[in-house]
Amino acid sequence: MNYLISFLIGGLLCIPAQILLDKTKLTNARILTLYVVVGVILGGIGVYKPIADFASTGATIPLTGFGYTLSKGVKEAVESEGFIGIIKGGLIATSTGISFTLFVALLTSLFCKSHTK
Amino acid sequence: MNNNHLYFNNVFLNNTSSVVGKKEFEGPLSSAFDLYSNDEYFGKSSFEEAESEMVRQNLNVLFKKAQKLPTDIDYVFGGDLVNQCVATSFAIENYQIPFIGLYGACSTAIESIICASVFINGGFAKNCVGVTSSHFCTAERQYRFPLEYGSVRTPTSQNTVTASGAFLISNTPSIIRIKSAMIGKIVDKEITDANNMGAAMACAATNTIKRFFEDGNMKTEDFDVICTGDLGYEGHSIAREMLNLEGLDIKTEFTDCGMLIYDKNKQDIVAGGSGCGCVASVLAGHFYKLLSNNKIKNLLIVGTGALLNTNSALSGRSIPSIAHAIHLSTEA
Amino acid sequence: MTNKQYQEYATKRSETSPCIINCIKAFITGGLICMIGEAFKQLYLYLNIDSDTSLLFASLSIILLTAISTGLGFFDKIARFGKGGALVPISGFANAITSEAIESKSEGLITGVATKMFTIAGPVIIYGITASIIYGLFYYIFIM
Repeated sequence: MNYLISFLIGGLLCIPAQILLDKTKLTNARILTLYVVVGVILGGIGVYKPIADFASTGATIPLTGFGYTLSKGVKEAVESEGFIGIIKGGLIATSTGISFTLFVALLTSLFCKSHTK
Repeated sequence: MNNNHLYFNNVFLNNTSSVVGKKEFEGPLSSAFDLYSNDEYFGKSSFEEAESEMVRQNLNVLFKKAQKLPTDIDYVFGGDLVNQCVATSFAIENYQIPFIGLYGACSTAIESIICASVFINGGFAKNCVGVTSSHFCTAERQYRFPLEYGSVRTPTSQNTVTASGAFLISNTPSIIRIKSAMIGKIVDKEITDANNMGAAMACAATNTIKRFFEDGNMKTEDFDVICTGDLGYEGHSIAREMLNLEGLDIKTEFTDCGMLIYDKNKQDIVAGGSGCGCVASVLAGHFYKLLSNNKIKNLLIVGTGALLNTNSALSGRSIPSIAHAIHLSTEA
Repeated sequence: MTNKQYQEYATKRSETSPCIINCIKAFITGGLICMIGEAFKQLYLYLNIDSDTSLLFASLSIILLTAISTGLGFFDKIARFGKGGALVPISGFANAITSEAIESKSEGLITGVATKMFTIAGPVIIYGITASIIYGLFYYIFIM
């Protein structure tokens, strides 16, 4: 059941991006950015939390989940530390993902070459 | 009117050579090319060096085929797509031939032949070489995304050809004569979609073809083939419609280098090929063979170029385009 | 034909991608990537890791898999099939960073790899942070 929910929600979250890709001239980078910002907004107004609780990986692995984590981090930091939390909270909550991606990318670049297509 | 049709006396295309990559060699024109490489790195460590190596190999083949030494060549005209034409500059540094670097995007091949012809016709040179190249991996990186990036291609985007073509242009008589040329004007229809370069270039091609036939010395049916540079499938069919709208009916075979080089059904190609190497290798390989075997007698080849750079595309500016035409003939 | 008419003509005649088929492909690909993430999560839960950390580890596992498949040169094939479905999950983010890193090797580890890593992924981080700071301000002023 967990798998099915993750599949359905994860898949559904990809569809708006595909429509934007096909129907507009928006580039990948813009769509990724849009998704993260939308994630922050949805997380902020409290819509994303129930989805994330329900769908687990289906909602946290898509980039809206990244935005949700940012907003959640800020919210928690503001609650516990006050004003400084506004600045601190977002990156602390997402630091694992960002640091790990950068590190792995650097490692990969040491061992791999580009291939022609 | 500044519609000067350049007519040349005694300018000949003595020899050509072409080097292509794996995908181009797997295409329908494979037997027409002199050399190909399965290795996209051409034995080098970066794609930029690979492109230079490809040009170097190509020039060596040309010198060998034409039995010339670099010292016999008066001028080299050449260019490519890598920032500031470095691929060609690195490639020819060791030959020590006077060099004129050119940039006309995909039209560079024709541009180089025209410049060489003018030098020869004016008596300033006996033997000139025109050489251009493009490499899928360097172009992709510069204009689009990294190769391993899962980017999405739209149905109108063209595939940069990995190829180089070289031409030996001389006043020594040979079968193929470079009869005349028409230099293009910038045409800008304010197309901003860098994934639809065919549509931007189609009007430049139409403009040049129309001006070519304006003085009434030639008719379209005098040519066996009229071939546009690399408009691809999309741009070529736009050019055909635009020519009809302009009232110029092409009564002969009308094709496009970007369509000839790949097999659309078998290879994963969206809208055809593009790049400096596309016209260069198709002309140096395919059409040179047809002309020298007397399969065709008159060829009008129109090299088209989309003169955008990455900054102009990002800042939402349009794509200025150009097309240059040359008339190659085996008749006196 | 004026420039405007020509632009309309060119846009109209250019073939558009088959949206419905693409959406189905994106749905399946995106769903499968999340499902693989779920499988990792279940594995970590089974290894007695707490639920929040498992969720985080699941994302990291997807990042690792993406980096490896990008390095070996087949992630772009998945993306060519799944399009938006490969872009939206964290795999799209990891692929953007890794592919730029690999591609820029020839310009050196500092000025090439490390600098270019952020060309596609930078905006995501920057605007994500900006949005979160704005949200934080609102939350601090109006709710706290």
